[in-house]
Amino acid sequence: MLTRLANPARFMRVSGAALPWLGAGTAVVLAVGLVWSLAIAPPDYQQGETVRIMFLHVPAAWMALSVYLFIAVASAVALVWRHPLAEIAAQAAAPVGAAFTLVCLATGSLWGRPMWGAWWVWDARLTSVLVLFFLYLGYIALVNAFDDRSRGARAGSLLALVGIVNLPIIKFSVDWWNTLHQPASVVRVGGPSIATSMLLPLLVMASGFALLFGWMLVLRMRTALNERKVEALRLYGHAARVDASPDGAIAAGRPALR
Amino acid sequence: MESISGWLGQGLAAWLAMGGYAAFVWPAYGLTAAVLGGFAWQSWRRHRRSEKALARLQRRDDQRHWRSA
Repeated sequence: MLTRLANPARFMRVSGAALPWLGAGTAVVLAVGLVWSLAIAPPDYQQGETVRIMFLHVPAAWMALSVYLFIAVASAVALVWRHPLAEIAAQAAAPVGAAFTLVCLATGSLWGRPMWGAWWVWDARLTSVLVLFFLYLGYIALVNAFDDRSRGARAGSLLALVGIVNLPIIKFSVDWWNTLHQPASVVRVGGPSIATSMLLPLLVMASGFALLFGWMLVLRMRTALNERKVEALRLYGHAARVDASPDGAIAAGRPALR
Repeated sequence: MESISGWLGQGLAAWLAMGGYAAFVWPAYGLTAAVLGGFAWQSWRRHRRSEKALARLQRRDDQRHWRSA
């Protein structure tokens, strides 16, 4: 399935058909999740209404980690098999992952102030997530720092792979070090320790965020492929298109200028 | 009628007050909506622009192709 989709021309066809459905699904799930978390879910007996921030903060944190993992895997595929779509997927995902990380940090700060009495503390969990945010920014900057697109992509892929050591540090930071941040309450040995009335809206919001990521990823990948095709057409006219027609190779390829 | 709207108004006011934490809960939601919504909108617009640019170029290219053929 993945290898079949990995052909850029086929990807454009399939993703074009899936895009409206993906967008509509995202909107519906997010709308349900928002109403549920803001109006239906009960306030926490200790944290009161501030617990509603959790429905944004936790899914954003999950996405921050998952998107990074996605980028690292796509980078590995790009490095090993040199597949152009993997490179495009990683680059399309990076700004979205950075946005989720920013949301995670900002909502955490707004939750920490009333509950801990501080906007920010330099403890292991918060600091490692901040490092993740900078990894995203570094990846984006590095990819765009080269005139030669393929060199930028390779350097970015390497950085993404090296940065993966940060993921277990974030996940286990609450167990390894003393921290203000509470330990895991959903993904933990022995099952979730959170009440169902809060777990359900949390999972709906998490699905909404995941769908949103999928929708934006497809949009941004298609944009990148379109822009490369436009570039090729401008440079080579319809000759490029004739070359490309059998398997859409030009869509993602770099026409050899050198 | 008045009592119903008064009751609704009170409920709404209580909901908006978020148990005294309105200053933290609403900015969290607003900021998330601004960041993710802004990003989604930008991605969507760039995508539409790229589709249009490509379609325009391909149309022009088609014409040139048939003229030369």
